[in-house]
Amino acid sequence: MRSLRARLVVLCVICVLLVGAAVGYLINARNNQQRARAAAPPVARTSLAGVLSVPHIVFRNTNPRTRYGMVAAVPLTDPSGPRALTDTECDRVYAAARKVLCLSSDAGVVTTYAAHVLTEQMATLQALPLTGVPSRARLSPDGTLAATTSFIAGDSYAGGSFSTRTVISQVGGSKVGDLEDFTLVHDGQRILPTDRNYWGVTFAPDDNTFFATVKFSGQTWLVRGNIAQHRVVTLHKDAECPSLSPDGKFVVYKQRGSLPVGQWRLVGYDVATGKVTPLAEKRTVDDQVEWLDSSRVIYGIPRGGAQAATDDVWEVPADGSGIPKLLIPDAWSPAVVR
Amino acid sequence: MYVTLRDRPAAREGRANAARRRVAGTVVLLGVVSMFTDISSESVNAVLPIYLTSFLGMSALSYGFLDGLYQGVSALVRILGGWLSDRTDHPKWIAFIGYFTSVVTRVLLIPAHTFAAISGVIAADRLGKGLRTAPRDALIASSSPPEDQGRAFGVHRALDTVGALLGPLLAFWILWVVPNDYRTVFVVSLAFAVIGVAILLLVVPDLRPRREGGTPRAAKVSLKLLLTPGLGRLVLATGLLGVLTVGDGFLYLELSARDSLATRYFPLLYIGTNAAYLVLAIPLGRFADRVGRARVFIGGHAALLAAYFFAGGPVAGAAASVACLLLLGTYYAATDGVLAAISGSLVEKSVRASGIATAQTAAALARFVSSLGFGLMWTELGRSQALLVVGVLLALAIPAAAGLVRGVDRAKSQV
Repeated sequence: MRSLRARLVVLCVICVLLVGAAVGYLINARNNQQRARAAAPPVARTSLAGVLSVPHIVFRNTNPRTRYGMVAAVPLTDPSGPRALTDTECDRVYAAARKVLCLSSDAGVVTTYAAHVLTEQMATLQALPLTGVPSRARLSPDGTLAATTSFIAGDSYAGGSFSTRTVISQVGGSKVGDLEDFTLVHDGQRILPTDRNYWGVTFAPDDNTFFATVKFSGQTWLVRGNIAQHRVVTLHKDAECPSLSPDGKFVVYKQRGSLPVGQWRLVGYDVATGKVTPLAEKRTVDDQVEWLDSSRVIYGIPRGGAQAATDDVWEVPADGSGIPKLLIPDAWSPAVVR
Repeated sequence: MYVTLRDRPAAREGRANAARRRVAGTVVLLGVVSMFTDISSESVNAVLPIYLTSFLGMSALSYGFLDGLYQGVSALVRILGGWLSDRTDHPKWIAFIGYFTSVVTRVLLIPAHTFAAISGVIAADRLGKGLRTAPRDALIASSSPPEDQGRAFGVHRALDTVGALLGPLLAFWILWVVPNDYRTVFVVSLAFAVIGVAILLLVVPDLRPRREGGTPRAAKVSLKLLLTPGLGRLVLATGLLGVLTVGDGFLYLELSARDSLATRYFPLLYIGTNAAYLVLAIPLGRFADRVGRARVFIGGHAALLAAYFFAGGPVAGAAASVACLLLLGTYYAATDGVLAAISGSLVEKSVRASGIATAQTAAALARFVSSLGFGLMWTELGRSQALLVVGVLLALAIPAAAGLVRGVDRAKSQV
């Protein structure tokens, strides 16, 4: 190995082998994907029209072999049974009143992000502004308002900085507002912290009241908002991604508590009394829950390990009783449509 | 660019080589090593946020935390890399350990699926990067004649930046061929990392800066190094300017808040800065050799000040955003390689890696302090005011720093 010529030869051989191996791996991965696609679907499928004609759950399919990341639906009466699969890809999906809100990212040299309101047949009705990695999506119960949250990560040598942008829009109309432009009331006073960030909106049926998360000075808060007044008021400390029950009496949200960064527990919050009750789910949940009915919530949990890309939707009673149960395997971002 | 693989340190051939204006083969080779390594690391970095947030279901909050966690670590390891390099008089092998560490992290990334595992892998990658930087820059300095240092570092940084631009292209091309298959991105990135380290291992000469400099004694590196004429002043100036250097992330956020196009093409901002850096690295390196490196280093910070103006000043819009990115690229081209060129030529050959590491650590630590301080000001004063305050302070610091480094170039020319 002393002579330069010998070393150059070895280098060339290494480069050829490595490039060959990389190209081989890539071709093999592509073939595998195509084979998996061509193979009989491992999930039982049913027709979309059939599912949409009964009360159902719309979600993001996370079965890695069949239409990963695409919108799917199952009947409420048989959530773990055959599913209807569409070919619309969404990172985050929500549905209400026959409308679907889809946040998607188109990975490219310059990754672009988009938010669209669709019909349940996946026809585009409207494009909404979205400026970063999709995070949360919500429609009001009657489908007239849409809220999107995206992350804007400041990529830099110093790193560590990020912020969120949460926008409420009129479905079929124009932008209602960026929550950062709303008046923020904390302890009875109007405040204007420059580091405020909002995320995770949930709407009340009146199309004026909403709940959301605000973070400022390192602390998250549950806020109640009023669209007509362009105002939000802090209600309770340490609350993220609230979800309002259909009767408007409870909110289930993620609480950090004393857990390490990136871990949360689900808790229930009584809007009238302010009482907080932990739910029976003991695992960490990073999701904005959805109400299955007036007493149970559903949420996605990643499987972890080698199957980290696959999530399942679980259900648990909202009052702290019972135990979590698997509701829909290979699913994420559920929305109940009646 | 002519590459001589049968390489002797160009410094030995002295002026004869310089007259032909040929960049030493070793410099080009190290540039190619960095290029492949950057293709590897930037292809991973480009997909990591999406991989973590949409695929592994982690919130971007965790990602921000992950990203910010290891900032100081890399800076301290850099000093260690410089010291080990001088101590052993084998900069190539210390750099090799650093590059090899990053190869290992690429392997570990493939099965990593948890927050803890991925943050550990990223930490190890940063450690490797910190360790290899100073010895590699010492190799560049040792293989180039004293009057050509700026250009040599410019060539290296330009190749490095080519890698940073190609990496994301490669990653997204792979994801276009095999949608959602992040593992393939990681496997291909591993191949590029191994090619980089193989070039280093097999064809980069094992230069012995101390032995060839005629100082066979093991170098003693201590704080006395800072007493080297000029180095202390350079470190002071670097630190002063560094604490007033706002991270690009903050500037990009400011641009996106004022200019809707900048918001829409947010990921392009980083590419714009890098493209300007790539184009300007060699010309500004040569310019530094001609008119004085310290001058160009200070001038780069004037460009940074102008970038603040276009990010937060009275003019907003697409033209201001483009100007800001060009100026940021100019700042990098005029400072990053140039700082290594100045510090490497100030100290004796036997402690060159430590000298370069000292200046770079001062810059990195100062920038870390700045990101904390600026984050705080951003919270307390608001974006525009914080930028105004830092801008005014930088405008005052530039003449002070210029005074500090005046004549540093001529303080000592050891090589």
